[in-house]
This record gives sequence, structure tokens and C-alpha cells, in this order.
Amino acid sequence: MKNILALISGSIFGLGLTISSMTNPDKVLGFLDLFNNWDPSLAFVMGGAIIITAPMLFVLTKNKNLILSKELHLPTNKEIDKKLIIGSLIFGAGWGLVGLCPGPAISSLALLEVPSIIFVIFMFIGFYCSKFIKI
Amino acid sequence: MKIDFVNFTPIPALIGGIVIGLAVVLFFYSTGRLAGVSGIANNALTKNTNRATNLLFLIGLISGPIFYQVFISSDIPYIINNNTLILIIGGLLVGIGTQIGMGCTSGHGVCGISRFSVRSIIATISFIFSGVIVVYLMNILGLN
Repeated sequence: MKNILALISGSIFGLGLTISSMTNPDKVLGFLDLFNNWDPSLAFVMGGAIIITAPMLFVLTKNKNLILSKELHLPTNKEIDKKLIIGSLIFGAGWGLVGLCPGPAISSLALLEVPSIIFVIFMFIGFYCSKFIKI
Repeated sequence: MKIDFVNFTPIPALIGGIVIGLAVVLFFYSTGRLAGVSGIANNALTKNTNRATNLLFLIGLISGPIFYQVFISSDIPYIINNNTLILIIGGLLVGIGTQIGMGCTSGHGVCGISRFSVRSIIATISFIFSGVIVVYLMNILGLN
């Protein structure tokens, strides 16, 4: 059951990314083009998601019994460290170069576009390489 | 700064965002985990625990645009910088950065902010900041 629901939630996630055009790198770059010709759409995508997730995650976290798995796996690290900031800056630089972040990059594989395929292959190589980088 | 009203699509953005939010909630309900895509993708490859769940979520993610084409519209816009070197560097930076920073737009930007996590708020500001700077520099250099 858990696995079927994971598959369904992935599909819904991918559908949401497509509805909001986040699978289009040019659309995402329009949001990051703050100093020139700014397209605020991505802020509405994040806002729309947060309106739903903030109250629902709160309720589910407080009432573990409502959750199918009956156990929670939530991040406990509260430390603001160099890794968090440097890693996020590195991620943002790659995001700004191409206009793809992990979710939309993987979703856009469905479009069979060569640039997305190249990007995702090197993103996974990057996942692997990150283990050897000490910050 | 000026707003690009030609390309600004607040309604589909908001609807798509709400749909993404519902997906995050369903994933949390079924697994007790947050749907951060960079973490799920990395774990699917490197960890045996929950591998089936993670892989199925990723397969679902890829099926999203296909459902869109079948039920909503066959037109899914896709415009990208085709320079292979930029794609390779971008992919590597996104892969490395999301693992070191422990999250991406979904993990920090949606799930973390929804939980009012200070770490995620700082991460989100950081990656939007460097993304804006890189786009600004690319525009100056004429690489976009």
C-alpha cells in the first residue's frame, strides 16, 4: 500500500510541476531573472504548495495515528552550518545555469529531451561526487 | 527590475503549486517522510532501505507530464540552453549542492518552509540568491 501511494504521490507531484510549467527551464529562469524581466510565477507555485503542506503536515505531525506508517522520519538537525549555506549556494548556481532543479529535471525526462537526459545523468554523478567533498 | 507580465501565469502556477502540496501531503501520509526530491533520488541509488518506495515515487514523477499530455494538453513548453558544457556543469552543481546542503526546492523550499524550519528558510534564500546572481551574470555575458 505504502509503495502504491508513493507512486501516486510522485505522479501527482509531476502533474503539478507540469501544470505550473516548472518542467520548462526557461520559465524557471524567468523567476531568477530578478534584475531584468521578472516572472514571479515560481513564487506562486511555492506559495500554493505551502498553503496546503503547512497546515496538513502540522496536523499529521501532531497526530501520528492518522499516518499510515505510524512513524515519522523528520529532520532533527537545527544547526545553521557552513555545509547548509555553501551547499545551497552551489545548488542555486547550477539551477541558475540551466533552470532545472531535481524534481522538474526528473519529471522532464518524460519529454525525451536530450538536454534533460544529460542534466539528470550529471546530477546523479554530482550526488555521487558530493561524498568526496568535505566542507 | 520590471515584472514580465507577458509570461507571468499566476493561476496555473497557484493550481500547480496546490497539486504539488497535495502530493507532498500524500507522500507524508503514506511514508512518514518528507518529499524532498534530491534526497529521494540519491537514496534510491545509494540506500537499500525504502528503495522500492523511492524508485516508485521517481517513476511517478516521470509519469506526471505523460498524464498531463493525456488528460489536459499535449502542449508542454520546454525551452532550454542547449550548450552541453553548461548542462554538464549545471547538473554536477545541482547534484553536489543539494547533497551538501541536504535539500532542494522541494525539500527545503516546500517541505522545510512549511514546517517553519530556519535551516530551510536560510537554504532557500541561499539558492535563490545564487541562482539570481548566475542568471544576471549569464545575461551580461550573453550566454542565455
